[in-house]
Parts: sequence; C-alpha cells; structure tokens
Amino acid sequence: MDALTAVGAVLALLVLFSFYLSWRATRLDRLHTRLETANAALDAALARRGAVVAELAAAGVLGPAAGVILSDAAARARRAEARADRELAESSLSRALRAVLAEAGDPPEESADLLAETRAAAKRVYIARRFYNDAVSAIHTARSSRLVGVLRLAGKAGMPDYFEMDDEPPEQPGRV
Amino acid sequence: MNRMRIGLVCPYTWDVPGGVQQHIGDLAEALMGLGHEVSVLTPCDAETELPPHIVSAGRAVAVPYNGSVARLSFGLRSAGRVRRWIREGGFDVLHVHEPAAPSLSLLACWVADGPIVATFHTSNPRSRAMAASAAMLQTALEKVNGRIAVSEAARRTLVEHLGGDAVLIPNGVSVRRYENAEPLPDWPGRGGSIGFLGRMDEPRKGLPVLLAAFNELGRRRPGLRLLVAGPGNVEEARARVDPALRERVVALGLVSDADKARVYHSVDVFCAPNLGGESFGIVLTEAMSAGSAILASDIPAFRHVLRGGTAGALFGAGDPVALAAAAGSLLDAPGRRAELSAAAREAVRAYDWSAVAADVVRVYEAVLPAGVGGPVRAEAG
Repeated sequence: MDALTAVGAVLALLVLFSFYLSWRATRLDRLHTRLETANAALDAALARRGAVVAELAAAGVLGPAAGVILSDAAARARRAEARADRELAESSLSRALRAVLAEAGDPPEESADLLAETRAAAKRVYIARRFYNDAVSAIHTARSSRLVGVLRLAGKAGMPDYFEMDDEPPEQPGRV
Repeated sequence: MNRMRIGLVCPYTWDVPGGVQQHIGDLAEALMGLGHEVSVLTPCDAETELPPHIVSAGRAVAVPYNGSVARLSFGLRSAGRVRRWIREGGFDVLHVHEPAAPSLSLLACWVADGPIVATFHTSNPRSRAMAASAAMLQTALEKVNGRIAVSEAARRTLVEHLGGDAVLIPNGVSVRRYENAEPLPDWPGRGGSIGFLGRMDEPRKGLPVLLAAFNELGRRRPGLRLLVAGPGNVEEARARVDPALRERVVALGLVSDADKARVYHSVDVFCAPNLGGESFGIVLTEAMSAGSAILASDIPAFRHVLRGGTAGALFGAGDPVALAAAAGSLLDAPGRRAELSAAAREAVRAYDWSAVAADVVRVYEAVLPAGVGGPVRAEAG
C-alpha cells in the first residue's frame, strides 16, 4: 500500500515536472521566433537604408564628392558577407551618412522627399537593431538557466550574438 | 505599411488625470490623424460617455502597491475582458503602456500572442516593486517585441531592472492645445510683463534668479509686472524682491491646463531660468506652441530645443544680471519678439505629437513580420 502511494506520488511529480519543462520549452521557442522576426526586420532595414543611400548618391543632389562617398559606403555594406564585416561596413555607412548630411547645407527643394526618406531609413535601422539585441539578451537570460542547458531545451539552435554597430542616425534639424 | 489597426492598453483609470493617460490620449489622436485605426482599452470608473475609440474595461480596484495605494485592474475577470477586446479588435499590433505595473497592460502581455510594443514611462532608479517582481514579470515581458522609453531616465530604469534595451521616443507636445488662448484679463498690460511657470520652491527651476533680475528691471521700469504660475510658497518668493516692487509680482498658484495656455499668451516675455537638470523642457515646448517670445537659460537641453538661440533668446544660466539685460532689450523690441515668436512656432512642430506618432509607427513597422502574421491573437486561458 505504502509502496503504491509512493509510486503514485513520484508519477504525479514526474507529470508536473514534464508540464513545467514543456512550458519552459514553449517560452524558449517563442523567444527564438521573436529573434527570427527581429533578425528579418534588421536585415530589411539595413537593405532598405543601403538602397535609399545609393539612390541619394545617384541623384547627385548633394554634389559629386558626397555622392562618391555615399555610393562607396553603400556598396561596401552591400558586399560584406561575414557578420563582423557587415558590422564594420554598416557602421561606416552610418558615419558617412552623418558626415555627408551634416555638411549638406541647404540642399535643393526637390530633394526634400529623398532626404526625409534617408533619415527615416536610418532611424529604422536604429530601431530594428535595438529590438534585435533586446531579443538576443532575452534569450541569453533564458538560456543561462542550468535546467535549459542540461536538458537541451533550446534544441540545436545556436546561441545568438549581438549585432554590434554604430547606428546613430543623422541629426534631424531641430530634433533631439 | 499603410493603414494599421492598433490596440493601445492604458494601465491607469481614464477619468483620473495623469501623465500616462494624457500620453495615450494624445498618441491615439495623433495616430488616427495619420490615418490609422485605434482602440484604447482602459479602466474607467465613471459611467460617462466615452469617445468611440476608448473602451472601458470596468472599474479599477484600490490596492496597496509600491508604497502607496494604486487603482489598478489585475484579476482574472479583467484578463477575460482583455482577451475579448483582443479577439474582437483584430489588431495588427498591440501597444501596452507601463507593463511592469500589475495592470491591464501586464495582463495584455500575458494573454496576447503576436506583435507587441511596450512603452515605459517610470523613471525610478530604486523601484523596490520592480526589483522584487522582475523575475515574475519576465514571462510576460519577454513576449514584447519592441520597447520604447519616454526619457533617458526611464530607459536606464528599465535596463537596470529588466535588462535588454529600448528606443528613446520622448513625449510629444500638443501644439494645438496651446496655440490659441485668450490672455488673462488685464494682461499683458501697458507697462510690459514677464512670465514664469513651474514650482516656486524648487531651486532648479530658477525662480530666485528671475526674482533677482526683477529687482533690477522693476526699479527701472515702473509699469513692469511679473506673472508667476505654479505651486509653492508665494510669501517666500515675494520676500526675495524689494518691498516696493512686491505688489507687481502676481502669483497664480497651481493653474489648470486651460489657464496654463492663457498664461503663455498673457506675457510679453516668457522666461525659463532653469539651472539645469531638465532633460527635455516640456514647459519650453508648450510656450513655443503658444508662440511666446522666450528667454531661457543657456543649458544644453534648452539650447537644442531653441535651435541654438534662434527660436528663443538665451542667457547665461544662473546669472540675474545677464537675464535683466536680455529681458530689457527684448521688452524694448516688439519686432524682435515677433520674430522669436514666429521662429518658436515653426521650431516646435518637430516636437508635435504628429511627428512623435510617426516615430512610433516606425517602431510598429519594425516589429511586424514582413508579409506573414495576421492579427494579434489571444491565448486560451
């Protein structure tokens, strides 16, 4: 009788424990989905910024020298493959963009839309990278638990890395 | 992304005035102005008629929380209401405010499944409540795809207690609310007037500097008056000026929002003599919306907002002599005041809610999975 109660208690505990584990695994799974979405958004934001900057360079509204600087930076960002190279090239693009726009003075009226689009694209990169790194840090926190490590609740998913870059957008006239 | 369906969740009772409620109300209107569909879910006590985009989640309950009594909605019945609102709303994105408080916002994070944005308002470096509950909040808050902080201090608070990061989008100013107002009766008056708005007894707001300058100015200009609006000890403030000038210092005490707008329109020169520590200068942007001719301390935040001095004159912070000289020359030059007023109205447009809402929309776009998705769902509970 006693043995039966003990077995029953152990079984009940096991069931509870497995519920808990599956809850933890669901949370982790959701975090990885969030990371993938954030990663896609970051890629899209970077690609979009690159395209707008290339168009701005080609439009020639900021003069030929600024155009060369921008198209060079955009092309390097586009060609970079490895994560570290991308981080460097995208940072250079941010710096080039800031420098060029700070020196732009009073650009012609008809370029206002393109300039506004460029600033918006730079801001999107800033936002998307914050959210991506935020998701990375949430996963790091969740996976730092020993339980998750020993039982491999995260499956085969690799530990994600922060995307490190200079994403400071160009200063908006009259804006903090 | 064109038209979006946005669900905003307010943690605090709608019919009690407060900064978060006002923020949400202004944001909702600005988003609708940009062509989006908005629904706000909020606790509400009164049975009064609400605008169609505000949805009541019923009465909030008074409970002790974080060292005082707060009115919050936290039970399973509230969670059921949130679930129903999410199901019926079909939102593209859910935007919760202050989700670290035990409130409708936290419940919304708990039951929702889909793109969630959260705005953090509190800046409290030693929030015991937040520190104690961080682990418990984690499960709900880790579903948030994008976080916004309204100030650098709020961002620091959140990073310290919850980790991760947030983008900074400051509060907007509702230019419309201050644009037009009747001056108070008998103001600005023929002898000229200077205005101040802020706590009288908080030294950082700089009222003593202005009073010292008024001692100088008032003696030379017999009709000049000083209009002071804001809570604090009037007698203590008056004691700082010459007895002969005291009756020309008019103190209004704490003023309503409507009267605040009238104060900005009642003076020839509006003075912001702050000594520092202002992260943004909300009073300054309100005065700019009203088109006041502004004279402000030359501190970095003010210099930036006033575009290096073109949208308002600057004087050395804490220097009553410089203040008196600058105010004197402004009082004598109506043309210069009109120039500053026009420049201020122009410059403040960058801080209007419509500009801020455009930034918030960019955040929504960043958390929406491209192409896939569908509306936010409510998990079965």
